[in-house]
Amino acid sequence: MILDYFSLAFQNLRHRGVRSWLTVLGIFIGIAAVVSLIAMGQGLQQAITGQFNTLSADKLIIQSAEAGFGPPGSTAAKRLNEHDLRIIESVPEVDTVVTRLIRVAKVEYNKASSFEYLASIPQDSQKALFLYDTLNLKISSGKLITPTDKGKIVIGKNIAESKSFGKEIRVGTHLNIQGKDFEVAGILKPAQSFQINSVILMLEDDMKDTLKIGDEIDLVVVQVKDKNKIKDVADEITNRLRRDRKEKEGEEDFSVQTPVQALSTVNTVLNIVNLIVGGIAAISLLVGGIGIANTMYTSVLERTKEIGTMKAVGAQNKDILSIFLIESGMLGLIGGIIGAALGVGLAYLASFAANTSFGTELFQVSIRPILIGSAVLFSFTVGILSGILPAVQASRLKPVEALRK
Amino acid sequence: MEKNIIELKNVAKYYEMGESTVKAVDGVDIKVEKGDFVAIMGPSGSGKSTSMNLVGSLDLPTKGTIYLDGRDISHLEESELAQIRGKKIGFIFQSFNLIPNLTAKENVMLPMLFQGKSKEERELKAEELMRMVELGDRMDHYPNQLSGGQQQRVAIARALANDPEVILADEPTGNLDTKTGENVMKFLQDLNKKGTTIIMVTHDPQRAEAHARTIYWMKDGKIDRITRKKKAKM
Repeated sequence: MILDYFSLAFQNLRHRGVRSWLTVLGIFIGIAAVVSLIAMGQGLQQAITGQFNTLSADKLIIQSAEAGFGPPGSTAAKRLNEHDLRIIESVPEVDTVVTRLIRVAKVEYNKASSFEYLASIPQDSQKALFLYDTLNLKISSGKLITPTDKGKIVIGKNIAESKSFGKEIRVGTHLNIQGKDFEVAGILKPAQSFQINSVILMLEDDMKDTLKIGDEIDLVVVQVKDKNKIKDVADEITNRLRRDRKEKEGEEDFSVQTPVQALSTVNTVLNIVNLIVGGIAAISLLVGGIGIANTMYTSVLERTKEIGTMKAVGAQNKDILSIFLIESGMLGLIGGIIGAALGVGLAYLASFAANTSFGTELFQVSIRPILIGSAVLFSFTVGILSGILPAVQASRLKPVEALRK
Repeated sequence: MEKNIIELKNVAKYYEMGESTVKAVDGVDIKVEKGDFVAIMGPSGSGKSTSMNLVGSLDLPTKGTIYLDGRDISHLEESELAQIRGKKIGFIFQSFNLIPNLTAKENVMLPMLFQGKSKEERELKAEELMRMVELGDRMDHYPNQLSGGQQQRVAIARALANDPEVILADEPTGNLDTKTGENVMKFLQDLNKKGTTIIMVTHDPQRAEAHARTIYWMKDGKIDRITRKKKAKM
């Protein structure tokens, strides 16, 4: 019975051709927008989460508080220094402590220049290995630098392939960084994190020398002995630094972040983005739904006599109701399916365009079956809901009056 | 078994038109025996169409009682009426009223769908009926691909889909030329010979007298007179 109603509804939709398609268009644009935006949003979230995955659960990051977004050191907050390092090292349960400098510097090559990120490699070979391991850095050609490789650098894949210099950088190429000459010792394998793909690594001493950095530390990475105590260690470091700086609780000018905390900050931002996307989606689907309701109302008016005839040959109110609801539901369903397919295509196209023009791999597409499934289901629901009023109106028509039309 | 398939007892239908009340049908008694061919005659505005709607349970009376196969249907709910209509009454309309989006065969299948019959059963029966009205070669045509006479024959087939007790025909030849109209009448006449009760509303006295055995002449919402033939004209 229900199946017959489906074929009945399908025949009606087919016979209204252009009008049905226009109505479906109203829905699938919304669904396509939603699917593509969410697919890209989730892709971005995964990519960014990937950046943080480079820090495992037993590590802490300490940096000056106002570093916030943008490179550390770009703000006026008091930087960490050797004294602070001593305090951090004094906390029990702290195992390895690695200090990092991350700065922007002018890089010249092939008569072109560009500003790139520099990051330091510790002068201690144990700590250097620790950092390579922590960041999961792998070499694709050449070698990673060790504390003896003064004047040598390792570059990320994006730097090597950068179009800013008009010429590919290979192992052995010499680059001029802030007026000093450096030789490329290795090129990194592409990583999930675009920060790693766009970095220039050099020894800490070289970096301090080149950029004339004194007793400053941008970032301290701490490995704790027992990862279950990471929260306690973070609190203890916070307490000791606060006491040393004579700051009140809540007014610290530094931050101690666990990877989980850092991730939740990013997730908050991404959730807001998703919320906005959801809002746009809701509006566009509302408009699409009104389109369906409109089409169905017109259809009820046009088919009044048909409804009367169906009632005369034995259709009950619930039969008419079902036929019209299935019809509007199908408009939603077809719109949802086309929209989802189109959305997936759009997402890939947009991420490809974005990655090509920005030279990153940050814009990934993540298509989860649940996204497709819920988009189609949602669209179907919108169709049904939009059809309720017209369908009720149709089902309540009195047979005599309907036949008179 | 009831002798009368349909009986109207002192039935009235009033419409409120602003301040005034229009008495479309005012105290009508009609008895239709099983197997009879009844015509309801009268000029437009005489109340014959309203009577027809009441007889066909498409409308409920303001006053009086309507019996269909011995059951009082004057106060039934719309969905119950729909079920009864679908099972016991077959409708033929002046303007055919075929569903334009469905093929001829699908139109014939429709009443059986609402009775919950299986697809195989519906198809088999529809094909049989289509052949009966001599449209076996037009099953998959849409209504707009058929002539008026052909459409009305599809409508006859549709009216017969649930093996109704009675066929209600509202000006069945009104939109057809004389010759095609006569052809449609022949089908109705044949059905009647096989035992189907037929009630036909018409304003054409010749057609009524040519085919019907009992004729109710209506005037101003009342039965003016009734004429009966002893035997059907052969």
